[in-house]
This record gives sequence, C-alpha cells and structure tokens, in this order.
Amino acid sequence: MADKVLMKGNEAIAEAAIIAGCRHYFGYPITPQTEIAAYMAKRMPKIGGCFLQAESEIAAINMVYGVSSTGHRVMTSSSSPGISLKGEGISYLAGADLPALIVNVQRGGPGLGGIQPSQSDYFQATKGAAHGDFHMIVLAPASVQEMADLTVKGFELADKYRMTSMILADGTMGQMMEPVSLDYDIKEMPEKPWATTGTNMEREHNIVNSLFLSPEQLETENFKRYERYKYIEENEALYEEYMMDDAEICVAAFGIAARVAKNAINAAREKGIKVGLIRPITLWPFPVAPFKKAAKQVQQVISVELSMGQMIEDIRLATECKVPVTLCNRVGGMIPSPEQVLKAIEDANGGAK
Amino acid sequence: MATTQYLFAGFGGQGILFSGKFLAYKGLIEDKQVSWLPSYGPEMRGGTASCSVIISDTPVGSPIVSAPDVLIAMNLPSLDKYEDAVVSGGTIFVDSTLIERKVKRDDVTVHYIPATKLANDNGMPSLANMIIVGKILAAMNEYNEDGINGALAKVISARHADKLEFNLKALTLGKEN
Repeated sequence: MADKVLMKGNEAIAEAAIIAGCRHYFGYPITPQTEIAAYMAKRMPKIGGCFLQAESEIAAINMVYGVSSTGHRVMTSSSSPGISLKGEGISYLAGADLPALIVNVQRGGPGLGGIQPSQSDYFQATKGAAHGDFHMIVLAPASVQEMADLTVKGFELADKYRMTSMILADGTMGQMMEPVSLDYDIKEMPEKPWATTGTNMEREHNIVNSLFLSPEQLETENFKRYERYKYIEENEALYEEYMMDDAEICVAAFGIAARVAKNAINAAREKGIKVGLIRPITLWPFPVAPFKKAAKQVQQVISVELSMGQMIEDIRLATECKVPVTLCNRVGGMIPSPEQVLKAIEDANGGAK
Repeated sequence: MATTQYLFAGFGGQGILFSGKFLAYKGLIEDKQVSWLPSYGPEMRGGTASCSVIISDTPVGSPIVSAPDVLIAMNLPSLDKYEDAVVSGGTIFVDSTLIERKVKRDDVTVHYIPATKLANDNGMPSLANMIIVGKILAAMNEYNEDGINGALAKVISARHADKLEFNLKALTLGKEN
C-alpha cells in the first residue's frame, strides 16, 4: 500500500476537491474544519485556483453562488453555526438550480455550542437547511477515505442534478488521520449550457435566478425540481450493511457513531447476540430499502446518534413503525462508548446474560 | 488478530501529536490498519494535549481510545487522569524526569524513563517524546530499522531533513535506556 498517505479528514476533503477540479474555495474559519481552509490557502495559489477568506459565512456562500453560475466547480466549508449563517444562500442555490459542494464538520449545539463532535445538524442537512421546498444530497463519511471519496462523488452528483451536495461530517472525522488513497478517475464535467459564460453574440442570454413572481411559474419550477428529487431518491441512496444477514437486532448509525457501533456489534457477536448494522452513507436520499427489509427480519432497531434523536425519525418512517426503534445517544460533544452501545444491544436482547 | 491502542498524553509542545503520528506511519509502512486522533480542544493552545493511536491487523472501528493498552504519560496531570483507564495487563511509560510519583496500579507493566533529562543531557531538549517512543518500540519488540526510517522520512519534511539524525539518535537513546 505504498500509495497510501496519512491525512486528516479535513485535508483529505480539500485535496479530493482539488483533484475533482474544484478551483474556487470561499470560507470563513471555524473549528473543527479550519484545516480545509488552511489547505486550500496553501494549495490553490500554486495551481491557478482561487482561495478567498470572505468577511463572513454569508459572503462566502454568495461567492459560491456567483462562481457556480459560471459553471465552475466551487465549494465552501464550515461548522454548525456557520452553516446556519449560510442558510439563505443555500436556499438561493436551490432556487436557481446551481451545483455546489458544502462541507459541514459538525460541532455541538445549539447556539455557539462547543467545538467537540456532534451529529445534531441532521435535521438541518436533510430537511430544513433554509426556507422553501428543497433538498440537498447529504453524504455522511465514516472514514478519512470516505471524506475524500464522497467529496469527489459530491461534486459529480451536484453537477449531474444541478443541486447542492453536502458532506455532513463531524469533529472526529475532520481531525483524525487515517491512511487514504487519492487515486481517482475523474469523469469529465457534464456540459453546462445554462452557465453564464458570455454569449459571444451567438446565443440568447442565460439567466441564473431564484426569483419567480408568477406563482404558476414558481409552482412549475418546484414540481420539476421534485421530479428530479424523486429520481434521486430511487437511484442514489447509498448504505453499508454489516452482519445483517442473520441479524435479529439492527443498529443504525452513520459517521463516527457507526464506527463506535461496529466495535459494540463485534463484542455482542462474541457473546452470541445476532446483531448487525445498517450505515446510511447518503442521509438524503435516505436508504429506505434496507430498513424496509430489516423491519421484516429484526425485533428492534437501535439508532445510535450524537444528537437527541434525529435520524431515528427517518428510520421510523422507513420501517413504517413495524418494529420498535430506540435511541442510544450522547450529545453536546460527547460520543457514545462501545460499552454504552453494547448495553443497548444487550437490553434489546432481553438484558445482559 | 492483534490490536494495540495507544494513548499519548502530556503538555502542548512536548511533541505528543508528532510522536503519535510517527507511530501511526510506522504501522502504515508495516501494512497495518491505523488511526490517529488528536485532542483539538482549547488544550491545543497550551495545557494538556493527548492523542489516540490505534494499530491493528484488522480494520479500525472507533478511533477513540478510552481504555488504552499502552499509556504514554509525559506529565503528572496526564498520569493522574489516565492511569485508571489503562486495561489490566497493559503498559504505562512514564517520563520520570517530570513525574516524580510511581504508578499506583500493580496489574500493569511500568517503564520509567527520564526522557526529558536524557534529552537535555544529549543536546536535544525537544526530543524527549522520541526517546520515549524508542523505549516503547524496544519494550514492545517493534524496533526495526526499516519501519523507523520509513516513518521518519514521512513525518519529517524535506525542509527539516537535518532533524532526521537527531530523531534517530533520540530513538536509539530510548532503546538503550
């Protein structure tokens, strides 16, 4: 594995973005994602790219809107409170059908919260990033390798569907180092005939806009967008299953929580408990199919989260409440221990034996 | 199936993160699965610093080390904080220049090494961390030239190539003391 290097998750995102052809980064510093900006500041000037530390998160997201309008790959990154500030711009990107990559390396909240890892922006990312009817594609890496892989995928999906992809990571994923291989076969960027690149007096003006004062037209735009969303829901959901074949108990977790859960599942298996894991990799579209299947097979689903219980609602919808879904969590920057998850598994199995 | 969980702890500035990174790279070069997770809170601006390193034959699950097999304590607050967390039968390495007290537990192996004094006496005051790492590698039968040279080449940038020899000397000092 000579080609593998140790990288921080944040650095892996930045380098993967550059490999994917991103030459424009706009951001504003915030822990625990600052290494992304630092990496971009160092690398972009050397490769003819643009790194700009904006005066605020709001300015940064509007710069993203501007570059995306010209058809170039562009990104911004922040952490929880900073993402809230970007909300208005995210909605404008959706309304104008502009592709972009946004990284949220989550920290504990609400408010300014803390700087330790959290997953409490799940609702924000998957359901309510800002005003209006819209979705982002939400990708949840669980390793440094996936931080890089899903960054490349995020750009590709964003361009394919003309929408925002979000990497929803957390402080541990951003700060930890693991071996990573950055060997990608980057697909050519799709044509962007809508981009504002100058008409050369050869075509009509392209207009990028999210203002539609005619309700009929605005309704049509929304319907069109949701047809696209429906297609994405049917075709782009990603997940990993671990030891689910004979599982009688299902643990559901993403990101760092899934890493902890795997430890607990291995320990439970050693005790003879039939337990497996479903790890959503896309949080939107949510991988409904494996949960539907699990609902016919397992006695209980345990959602392990670094939040007060947010993904659990999507699990209940996906399983149509056919099996009990319980929560095993820590919040505020705390991370559940494998022992805590093991205890939840043992409780689901009728208590410690 | 072997997995070793290391917890490095000490003051900011002692090279806690660096020595963890060295060990992780050595694992990577030896085709192991590795993870490295630093503390990144206010402590990185001074005060205590710590770093979790896992080296394993199988994929690493949680990167967080809460029950270390090996604790490296480079100051008293770190020993006070983490001594009880070490697994029974685990190992503790203590910088005995900076920590005067003995380890209280009797179910762990303890190595006392005056790393800071050795570093000062040998004109390499910033390399107490690597002296301890040399000791760890020797004590755990992991001291091999290929892995060490490969990992040093990774963690020391070309700009600081002159420091390579000092690091190697520090590792040797640790091995021999």
